[in-house]
Amino acid sequence: MQSLTMREAYAQALVALGERNPNVVVLDADVSKSTRSTLFAERFPERFFNVGIAEGNMMNIAGGLAASGKIPFVNTFSFLLTLRAGEQLRTGVAYPRLNVKVAGAYCGLSDSFDGPTHQDPMDIAVTRAMPNMVVISVCDAVQAKKVVLAAAKYDGPVYFRLNRNAVPVLWREEDPFEIGKAVWHARGRDVTIVATGIMVARALQAREMLAAEGISAGVLEVHTIKPIDVDALVEAAKECGAIVTAEEHNIIGGLGGAVAEVLGEHVPVPMERVGIRDVFAESGNYDELLVKYGMCPSAVAEAARKVLRRK
Amino acid sequence: MVFQKIECTNKLAELAQKVRIDVLEMVYGAQSGHLGGSFSAAEILVTLYYNRLNVDPENPSWPDRDRFVLAKGHAAPALYVVLAGLGFFPREELASLRQTGCILQGHPDMRKTPGVEMSTGSLGQGLSTAVGMALAAQLDGKDYRVWVLLGDGELNEGQVWEAAAFAAGRGLSNLTAIVDYNKVQLDGPTVEVLPMEPVADKWRAFGWHVVEADGHCVKDLLRAYDEAVAYNGGPTVILAHTVKGKGVSFMEGQAAWHGAAPNAQQYEQAMKELRRDLECSR
Repeated sequence: MQSLTMREAYAQALVALGERNPNVVVLDADVSKSTRSTLFAERFPERFFNVGIAEGNMMNIAGGLAASGKIPFVNTFSFLLTLRAGEQLRTGVAYPRLNVKVAGAYCGLSDSFDGPTHQDPMDIAVTRAMPNMVVISVCDAVQAKKVVLAAAKYDGPVYFRLNRNAVPVLWREEDPFEIGKAVWHARGRDVTIVATGIMVARALQAREMLAAEGISAGVLEVHTIKPIDVDALVEAAKECGAIVTAEEHNIIGGLGGAVAEVLGEHVPVPMERVGIRDVFAESGNYDELLVKYGMCPSAVAEAARKVLRRK
Repeated sequence: MVFQKIECTNKLAELAQKVRIDVLEMVYGAQSGHLGGSFSAAEILVTLYYNRLNVDPENPSWPDRDRFVLAKGHAAPALYVVLAGLGFFPREELASLRQTGCILQGHPDMRKTPGVEMSTGSLGQGLSTAVGMALAAQLDGKDYRVWVLLGDGELNEGQVWEAAAFAAGRGLSNLTAIVDYNKVQLDGPTVEVLPMEPVADKWRAFGWHVVEADGHCVKDLLRAYDEAVAYNGGPTVILAHTVKGKGVSFMEGQAAWHGAAPNAQQYEQAMKELRRDLECSR
């Protein structure tokens, strides 16, 4: 099923939240048609602030609003939020632990045709290093709605990354979403694929490929990169003795890095990382880029075979 | 309960001089901190807090209070003296400036120090923060005002002008920016480091109501505040002309005293001058 894009679902959820909570305000930096925050702007013009192409200003305005009891959702491309306005996010939001929700649009390679200037393979690494931050990687349109609600309910800064494009829907409306709680999509005996974002669906496809070869692979979705679900990871490592991570992010500093840190301290087992291999990508068709930069299901399956040889 | 405001200009001037004395004591004790920009801002902070702001030291998070953001967070020692003087926290804390485990960080921390509205110190961010607070007041239909103190060196930061454009575009009449216009920044005179003149014209061009004042004259500052509050056509900026290191002969106008701590001899000399002027003002 490829119906709603993640950003459209996000924006609809934001409007629904705005109906219920008058303290919710939304900011955008001249890309509201892209992030779809324009839906909120149309419904609640008095609670929507388009600051123009001025991301640093936007982040600190959000901090001031949060310090005055508002719940600001800040929108623009993820690289602008975490790098251009990264220092404002660190000093003006994370450090004072303000209740700002940062919605990183067009994450990973999903702004594929615009090229490396607009693609973002490092937002998780950047935000994960900021104390007080919650970092979430959204996997589909249904989950996007749940993340909006969970973020609004949580008192403190939250960063969540959203994909630009229509992606397969895995989550059902009735599935419970809890910040920091990993989700088992399937259990396996030989290896566990720990995936996040759009790579969860791809991990499940890889699981099918591996099953045809007689390999039993589990899929554990880690939507919250920080705080990471240590217990679930330890359980997976103990059960299978081999881990593959899969993310649409640089293999440095993202999910792979976070999982390696946990395994290294708790259950050192062989592990392979699937993701962007520390390169800037290029313009092109999204699916083609995901294949070329090593994030297709077969790349995940190949990483599983490799890690099994190291067991 | 909101404390009794001080109207007497002589008393306010005296308080400002006492702030300098306390700041010198603190920075000398810590052997770390910013004297130059604290001294230039003494009258501004004292007149705001003792005469103008509606704040309640016994209830720092009173929702209807006026907000003050110290964008030039390095003047924290002066802010701390004022907040302690009003009773936001005990004066004994002042001696702990910048020490491990203290509530008085090198730059203001809203989570550690009662009365501090925003964690600041990274220049260029304070005006944007104040804009967010002013927007919140509008949304909530509240009539509290937001005041923010910027350094003139801070005007180098492009984000200040992003915020200036936005505030004017939104017609934020409940927002007043004050520039501690002391003409010196860390590396030297502002005109040499990065020329920003004509500063008043820049603010006007961005749509702000500009008021100029003598930043060391209590009476003139109060007049400027009155003018800012009376203006309803958008945000006001007060260019408060000051002297960096004001009150100590060998520090005045000297970039070297932006962030240096005095040795024993310098401390004695500076204290002598500050106390002498305090006596004269009485």
